[in-house]
Amino acid sequence: MSKTHVTTTINGDAVEYLCEVDQSLLDVLRDTLELTGTKEGCATGDCGACSVSLDGRLVCSCLVLGVEAEGKQIETIEGVANGTELHPIQQKFLENAALQCGICTPGFIVATKALLEKNPDPTEEEARYYLAGNLCRCTGYDKIIRAVLDAAAEMRGAA
Amino acid sequence: MESVQYHAPQSLEDAVPLLKEARTTPSRILAGGTDLLIQMRAGVKTPEMLIDIKKIPELTQLEMGADQIRLGAAVPSAVMDENAELHQQLPGVVEGMELIGSTQVQGRATPGGNLCNASPAGDGAPAMIVSSGQCVIFGPNGTRTIPVEEVCTAPGRTSLADDELLQEFIFPAPKPGQSDAYLRFIPRNEMDIAVVGVAANITVDASGTCTAAKVALGAIAPTVVIATDIAALLVGTKLDDDTLAAAAEMASGLGSPISDKRGTTEFRHRIAGVLTRRVIKIAAARAGERLQ
Amino acid sequence: MSTNKDYKWIGTRPIRPDGADKVTGRAAFGADKNLPGMLHAKILRSPFAHAKILSIDTSAAESASGVLAVMTSADMPDLASEMGEAGESAVDFRDLSHNILASGKVLYHGHAVAAVAATSAKLALAALKLIKVEYEELPVVLEIEDAMADDAPILHEDQFTPGGSKDKPSNVAAKMKLPRGDIDKGFAEADIIIEREFTTPTVHQGYIEPHAVTASMSASGHADIWCCTQGTFVVRAMTAKVLGMDVGKIKVTPSEIGGGFGAKTTVYLEPIAVKLSEKTGRPVKMVMDREEVLRATGPTSASVIKIKLGATNDGKLIAAQGSLKYGAGAFKGSPMAPGCMCVFASYEIPNFLIRGFDVVLNKPKVAAYRAPGAPMAAFAMESLMNEMATKLNLDPIEFRLKNAVKEGSVAAYGPKFPVIGFVETLEAAKAHPHYSAPLGKNQGRGVGTGFWFNIGMQSSATINVNESGSVTVITGSADIGGSRASMALFVAEELDISYDLITPLVSNTEEAGYCDVTGGSRTTFATGMAVVKASKNLVANMRKRAAKTWGIDIDDVTWEDGAAIAPAAADKQPLTMAQIATSAAKTGGPLTASASLTAQGAGAGFGVHICDVEVDPETGKTDVIRYTAIQDAGKAIHPSYVEGQYQGGAVQGIGWALNEEYVYNDKGVLQNFGFLDYRMPVANDLPMIDTVIVEVPNPSHPYGVRGVGETPIVPPLAAVAEAVNNAAGVRICHLPISPPRLLAEIDAK
Repeated sequence: MSKTHVTTTINGDAVEYLCEVDQSLLDVLRDTLELTGTKEGCATGDCGACSVSLDGRLVCSCLVLGVEAEGKQIETIEGVANGTELHPIQQKFLENAALQCGICTPGFIVATKALLEKNPDPTEEEARYYLAGNLCRCTGYDKIIRAVLDAAAEMRGAA
Repeated sequence: MESVQYHAPQSLEDAVPLLKEARTTPSRILAGGTDLLIQMRAGVKTPEMLIDIKKIPELTQLEMGADQIRLGAAVPSAVMDENAELHQQLPGVVEGMELIGSTQVQGRATPGGNLCNASPAGDGAPAMIVSSGQCVIFGPNGTRTIPVEEVCTAPGRTSLADDELLQEFIFPAPKPGQSDAYLRFIPRNEMDIAVVGVAANITVDASGTCTAAKVALGAIAPTVVIATDIAALLVGTKLDDDTLAAAAEMASGLGSPISDKRGTTEFRHRIAGVLTRRVIKIAAARAGERLQ
Repeated sequence: MSTNKDYKWIGTRPIRPDGADKVTGRAAFGADKNLPGMLHAKILRSPFAHAKILSIDTSAAESASGVLAVMTSADMPDLASEMGEAGESAVDFRDLSHNILASGKVLYHGHAVAAVAATSAKLALAALKLIKVEYEELPVVLEIEDAMADDAPILHEDQFTPGGSKDKPSNVAAKMKLPRGDIDKGFAEADIIIEREFTTPTVHQGYIEPHAVTASMSASGHADIWCCTQGTFVVRAMTAKVLGMDVGKIKVTPSEIGGGFGAKTTVYLEPIAVKLSEKTGRPVKMVMDREEVLRATGPTSASVIKIKLGATNDGKLIAAQGSLKYGAGAFKGSPMAPGCMCVFASYEIPNFLIRGFDVVLNKPKVAAYRAPGAPMAAFAMESLMNEMATKLNLDPIEFRLKNAVKEGSVAAYGPKFPVIGFVETLEAAKAHPHYSAPLGKNQGRGVGTGFWFNIGMQSSATINVNESGSVTVITGSADIGGSRASMALFVAEELDISYDLITPLVSNTEEAGYCDVTGGSRTTFATGMAVVKASKNLVANMRKRAAKTWGIDIDDVTWEDGAAIAPAAADKQPLTMAQIATSAAKTGGPLTASASLTAQGAGAGFGVHICDVEVDPETGKTDVIRYTAIQDAGKAIHPSYVEGQYQGGAVQGIGWALNEEYVYNDKGVLQNFGFLDYRMPVANDLPMIDTVIVEVPNPSHPYGVRGVGETPIVPPLAAVAEAVNNAAGVRICHLPISPPRLLAEIDAK
């Protein structure tokens, strides 16, 4: 089995890897690069746990091939905090108790970051609509949505 | 085990030798991949070659002309959704695409991929059909143009040859008093496949009389059903409640919907009627707003 | 014990200790464990829902590229039927073994038949295709009442109904009967009698994290298991039993767990991974995909429940009769018994008769799901309570208040209730602004109540004091929703030190004292009790150290503000915990304290939910537009996570009511095996879920804690159904209230 050489940028780092064509970006991140913060919940694009940003666009990394990352900019949950300083979204998720088990949390945070970059002042309805592809089975979404709106307010104030 | 070959041609010209190879090598065109990757993982599709078309400029352009709108087959839904002018000109076409999947899927899913996946429940096709979309098909011998409704021939099958790809869609710009709309029914508010989807393109005059109409329904038959009888019924009326009720009744009798995990035959018939009535109203209201 | 005093820490909302790792991707979940030289194993699953296995030929797979081992049930010992503890219920270890890998017969579509370990997951999957299994198909039975019929296809030739025929095997694995008074007399005295039959579908727990394990067998015969589980000790016990190993040779280390809701209190993969590691001498990793999770793990029972309810015109219940049939899946053990025990538990009814049936059929063996058995029972009973209130022209909450159990009431399942908070919870619901808010067109409101016993069981805790005075709290209770924060809050309160000085750990089976599963809403209650007890032991120890330092009697030393003080000796400056810790070497060595216990007196939990929906009468689509969950927590240790339990349970119940269901074809093949078509609620399906925490302290817990995790899934089914009834004018007896079904009901009106 021949592998393809891919050069890409992940969380600002130049990264090279070898992958098979039918390997998803999710598998490359988790298995090849050991960036296991990105989670697999379904591998069919229905749960959002594997959300990453690809050239500034929110995607499910299970629905992207590893070979497609050539020359792209990828951001994962591991790149959201600034060193040990949490991003306001991360901080607000903690303050609002917006996680129970935490498996969906990386995907929600990456998606929320994409939302707030596009729409810094979403309504509750806009936030719910934008995040409808991120499944959470523990929280009933209440505290997540509160954390998102709280983070948006904080970031608008901080900007 | 055979490895899959991956190619990402930078131009249509570069794609030609790959398309020729596709005559003999089982291949798939890779656009957004939101259907194909799942099908490959499930073993439903087993291509030996993938041709990624997202780096071909003609396929990722969205051009808003005075007379026509050119939409590259590989333009992501999210890009369509972010284009205010496209929303204004072809709101139904945008609705069809932006209903597909989540925000994450929107970043990848494309109109060309949605059409060529040829699902009976595909959300993109009905509105593209009622808005008179044409498909430019590219192959080693040049291009040919066919109406959108001639692309899907059966569930999972298209009229494209193995050595062809869908390059772009061309829509006539809507006239004053003309607009479109798409509605689908799903049990949740997001993240579902259409149980039924209905698109309408309506033209009205200053008196509110319908002068032209096109209605198409998805998920009630193996391919999209173009409801010419309903269109004929609408033209010449003011789209009053009685007319819409008659249109709904006709819509409920169309197609041959199946009973499955997403809905029963009876339910699909019923919903086809309800959505037809509602979507005509929406399209007509939009059309009225475009009279000025 | 005082539950009314002002606490410094209990009842506050600090950030959870494990939070930062979970928002940065640093936390390691089940599938995140990798070891050098690790193999990947995959499972071959049955294409039939019911068939005899005539032969399995694994030779081609064994010689395939990259394959190091193949395993079937022949690699596991033949176990005799033997019941044992499994989480919060019982399991027959032989059934458990046969569920892990089919033996002789496959009993549901997706039943595991063989496993392959290879150098990559891809090669393992490829090798599965080379395993030749010869099947003889058998007739399939999927519905409970079909499985109970005389001529039903029989799943287990050696299963006989207790008290029934000893010659004719049966799919009815167990029966239960709970009587009180004289129902004939009771119904004769009733002014109004309603009788209805209710059905609920098979539904899945729906955790986002698929089951995952990595196992490594050492040359000395010690197995290491890393997995996502609600109970490491139950994984150890089950794996040991199924593989014929001693528990002392197995170490189970918990990863973070991405949701379980009861279903991660059993094992599917662990024994296979251990055996394959033993066969190959290499670590073996197994991760299910979503399809496997839906086809072959969980779910919870479908049910057919018939209830007859009699009341007098003054609004008192006088008689009730219930027949509760639960589908167990392929092996006995549905939550029929708790269902029977819960169904009338919330009300004082002088005459009743409850009968329960545990029925096997060709679906995956059910696993625990949040208040196992109770939501279906409550759907039926609470729906009838709503209908009865209407017939009596009584407010539904008022009607419940007239019949509600209170301290001293004898529960339908036997014991006398100690202090409980059902009445207080009903009163809080009645007073809530939501209950009297106006409704619009096509909108309706419904209420439902829920009861769950909650359990105690065994827990242990150890507290180690660092030389700086900070502490580590070690338990073996998996943290599925913030329990580390609760443990730290208990310690902070007891030691009177800052929450930030406390590091709570969930440790492995060799380093933590025994803890039963995180389930039954027991962790904050029971493990919390052990932590409190260990804290008290530690305080006593530190007082002893101070007494020794000061040369006074321990009885003259008290503990305040995180320090030992000698109130009677003015010359003795307080000794802070840090000082005691620093000088521990001179006063008797390192400071550590442990406690273990079997927690008694788990306080029952009662909840009342208020639901508003809007129905589209043309499409049958229902939207929940407002929702309030009110529940007695006894005492909320970390209120945010208590609210989170209310909200999460409510939403699982809403999903169960509206759209979730297993859709099978007539061959017993699940049709909706992904998140796309197994329709769990998404963010824009829901409003905010308001909560009210009622606090009627549990006298058996030092801080008054009642379990809170399970009760919230009990009320929603009936609350949603009643709201739909009030919006659309159709009485809902069958779930889910999916658009096609509701539209058909509206049409039939």
